[in-house]
Amino acid sequence: MREVNAKQIKEKVKELFLTANFHIGEDVLNAIKEASVKENSETGKNVLNMILDNYKIAANEVLAICQDTGLAILFIKLGQEVHINGNWEEAINEGVKEAYVEGYLRKSSVTDPVFDRKNTKTNCPAIIYTDIVPGDKIEFLVTPKGFGSENMSRLAMMKPADGSEGIVNFIVETVKIAGPNPCPPTIIGVCVGGTTDQASVMAKKATLRKVGEHNPDPRYSDMERQALEKINNLGIGPAGLGGNTTSLWVNIDYKPTHIAGMPVAVNVCCHAARHASGVI
Amino acid sequence: MKEVKLNTPLKEEDVRDLKVGDVVYISGYICTSRDMGHLKMKEVIENGEKLPVDLTGGVIFHAGPVVKKKDSGFELRVIGPTTSIRMEPHSDFIGNLGVKMIVGKGGMDEGTSKALQKYGMTYLQAPPGCAVVLGEKVEQIENVFWMELGVPEALWVLKVKEFGPLVVGMDSTGNSIYRDIKVNGKKLIEKMF
Repeated sequence: MREVNAKQIKEKVKELFLTANFHIGEDVLNAIKEASVKENSETGKNVLNMILDNYKIAANEVLAICQDTGLAILFIKLGQEVHINGNWEEAINEGVKEAYVEGYLRKSSVTDPVFDRKNTKTNCPAIIYTDIVPGDKIEFLVTPKGFGSENMSRLAMMKPADGSEGIVNFIVETVKIAGPNPCPPTIIGVCVGGTTDQASVMAKKATLRKVGEHNPDPRYSDMERQALEKINNLGIGPAGLGGNTTSLWVNIDYKPTHIAGMPVAVNVCCHAARHASGVI
Repeated sequence: MKEVKLNTPLKEEDVRDLKVGDVVYISGYICTSRDMGHLKMKEVIENGEKLPVDLTGGVIFHAGPVVKKKDSGFELRVIGPTTSIRMEPHSDFIGNLGVKMIVGKGGMDEGTSKALQKYGMTYLQAPPGCAVVLGEKVEQIENVFWMELGVPEALWVLKVKEFGPLVVGMDSTGNSIYRDIKVNGKKLIEKMF
């Protein structure tokens, strides 16, 4: 057994949320740069250039890329040979709290969704997904998820007969309904299969796959290409002010499912597609 | 399409003159308000009380800032627009307060379009997810009210200089970029299916 202290977990989580909020990934940065050249609307070009400026200043001055520093979401692979000294969940939440308080990130979490809506002032509780895997490492993938885009996400329990065409159309329709709201250009994460719950979680995870990387299965990568092309023909454009850059990328993943169903979850992520990963 | 620099308090003629696509920079004071902030404003007015700030000729910014507490008050770190459609039910109320500009992202719906025409208001799109660039246009935090709602939901009064670029997304004559793009997108979807 490898011993890992709760304090190490807290420190790692803190470090990753600070990194994610201040620094955009190179894949997204390059995609925006490329789009700023290809964009056909002047306003759209201006918006994309402003986004690029914003990334640069945020990183240089250590400021949050976006004021919506999101809910704290973690995908963790926990090696089964690891023994944790201390409280796992508390350590993660402490890391989130310290990142958001000490890094002057906005605390956007409210206690009760209907009645109190009281700010927890720590951005906790974090949303934690843990997979137990072989080995003695802990791998973290974290994302601060803003709600302008989260609010535009959708789920459909489609019929197997709807096929790949039905799925692509549902994805495009989701982006169309979202319109200007999710801060386009967006990154679209999709999961087909599983159950309502599994598809939703995996669609969120799909938003974290690198822009420019396709699903290795050519049938799914074809769907990704088709969906992206149709989306960028909708005319929504950067900031929703018109143009041909509405999404930067579409990531489709799949899971085995029931003989009678074909769940499709679409998670929308804004252009501030922030995430960071690290290992203990 | 023109580029305009305006100072608060705004006059109705300043706003009536703006057309969809125009670019605006605002100097003076703007107030933030989002979901709970709007409900709080309504509650105050319904109780026959006065709002802590006079919004005549004012600007409402759909936003929740990131701030740093200092010995005396707060320092603004970054700020950017939130999705405006959530505040759609309040447009007439906001117009009636004398507000002349609503700044946010994603545009609003037909109720707002009517209110813009009725009261002589405009809706402006702020660059979304560009919180650092926009934050640099805020000179200082002038005041804050209703902190019990939490930092994002409180009413922040910001002193701004050439705050923008803001694009007129909906004007006071009933035009809306968002409506045009939606209608166009719908046609494309119909063709697609």
